[in-house]
Amino acid sequence: MNWQLMWDSLPRMLGGLSLTLQLIVGSLALGALVAFGVALLRLSGNRVVETLAAAYVFVFRGTPLLVQIFLVYYGLGQFEFIRESILWPFLREPYWCAILALTLNTGAYTSEVLRGAILSVPQGQVEAARACGMSRALAFRRIVLPVAIRQMLPAYGNEVILMVKATSLASTITLMEVTGIARRMIAQTFAVFELFIVAGAIYLVLNFVATRLIKFAEWRLTPYLRARA
Amino acid sequence: MHRHPPVSDSAPAAVVVEDLHKRFGDLEVLKGVSLTAREGDVITLIGSSGSGKSTLLRCINMLEIPDDGRVVIGGEAIALKKTRRGATVPADTRQVERIRTSLGMVFQSFNLWTHMTILENVIEAPVHVLGVPKAEAVDRARMLLDKVGILAKADSYPVQLSGGQQQRAAIARALAMQPKVMLFDEPTSALDPELVGEVLRVIRQLADEGNTMILVTHEMGFAREVASKVVFLHQGRIEEEGSPDKVLTDPDSDRVRQFLSRHLSGAA
Repeated sequence: MNWQLMWDSLPRMLGGLSLTLQLIVGSLALGALVAFGVALLRLSGNRVVETLAAAYVFVFRGTPLLVQIFLVYYGLGQFEFIRESILWPFLREPYWCAILALTLNTGAYTSEVLRGAILSVPQGQVEAARACGMSRALAFRRIVLPVAIRQMLPAYGNEVILMVKATSLASTITLMEVTGIARRMIAQTFAVFELFIVAGAIYLVLNFVATRLIKFAEWRLTPYLRARA
Repeated sequence: MHRHPPVSDSAPAAVVVEDLHKRFGDLEVLKGVSLTAREGDVITLIGSSGSGKSTLLRCINMLEIPDDGRVVIGGEAIALKKTRRGATVPADTRQVERIRTSLGMVFQSFNLWTHMTILENVIEAPVHVLGVPKAEAVDRARMLLDKVGILAKADSYPVQLSGGQQQRAAIARALAMQPKVMLFDEPTSALDPELVGEVLRVIRQLADEGNTMILVTHEMGFAREVASKVVFLHQGRIEEEGSPDKVLTDPDSDRVRQFLSRHLSGAA
């Protein structure tokens, strides 16, 4: 084991950290928006809309993320209408392709987590809201959503952890995030073991921070659960 | 013994229910029920479980939509319409939402909003539905919490309260809307026996203050004390109605008599 090599590789590897973080934060933020919309569509009561939303979830949960990234990056450019659309300046960039694929993937998973949380809000609390004259929308905003978001946090924490690791797949479409840099350095040094351990350790630290953040959010948002003790 | 003063027949009608029908699938729960609550009335609905009393109460504020019949609140009929599939729905959800603000509802299982403190529960609807300024709503909420005896719990969360305290908080939440009529759906049925009294005391106080109330209850002694009128339901129809003294001590119907002998024995 070449400790010196591992130590020396760290600064270069951390050079990819910014890109890794952008992929994580960007796709999680956009994915949350997608998830919110899809969860609402799945609960809309309109059969056609619900089926379409369910199909999206089925496809993006049922196929490998790597395949999705390849399809977006190599596949979309084959369609002329996409090459001619105003989105092309984005979609020809591997960066945005990675963000798009990661967003659609996490959006599918998160929408299911959110949908389950919304359905688990006790019906009596919704009824109490309606009984005081709240509209459906107001009751959703004031009662259902706050309770649902608090209930989904533990499961969502899982999804965040998976996404932190999933960004490493972006290295397959030329992005020089942490894993991409590790692979390039390995090509130069053949120190597979050492360099992947360094890369793995970086993800470990990221996920340590991510789990702490989720724990903190849970603690902040659920004073009523803390109060029970 | 305490008695509710009789309410004059000329008092304006607060709630009128006309020929209400409601079915769940094949089960017809209400088979044509008519009922009038005048201002100042305290009507208790009694009957065995499955007699339709809770459903009747829930039809008044459209938590259940009746299949047929009319509900008139404060002189305003709730407009209903039929969908193409034959289901009955409110013709104007805004109207239903507006009318609900004048009907305070208290549930068997309290249904407090668990993510809010007791004070937040009480100011929620006044602030977000009626648009009352927050400071004003808080003042009023504190007064109401004091009235039901749990001001000290204002900043606690529902899970920290006993059932009786939660139910009193729920009553304060309903009162905060300054409703014209209070609806109680078995407000003490989910409580431990030793906690029933504190909730009944609050309800009795509201009755004494002249509030119009309709309550579903199994507490016969309490019904006799607070009610201006007792309505006995049996299998979706009104079997007998009248003054508490008449219905609860000398009913015309044998069914009511049997029901009472079962429910009064043991209840001192």
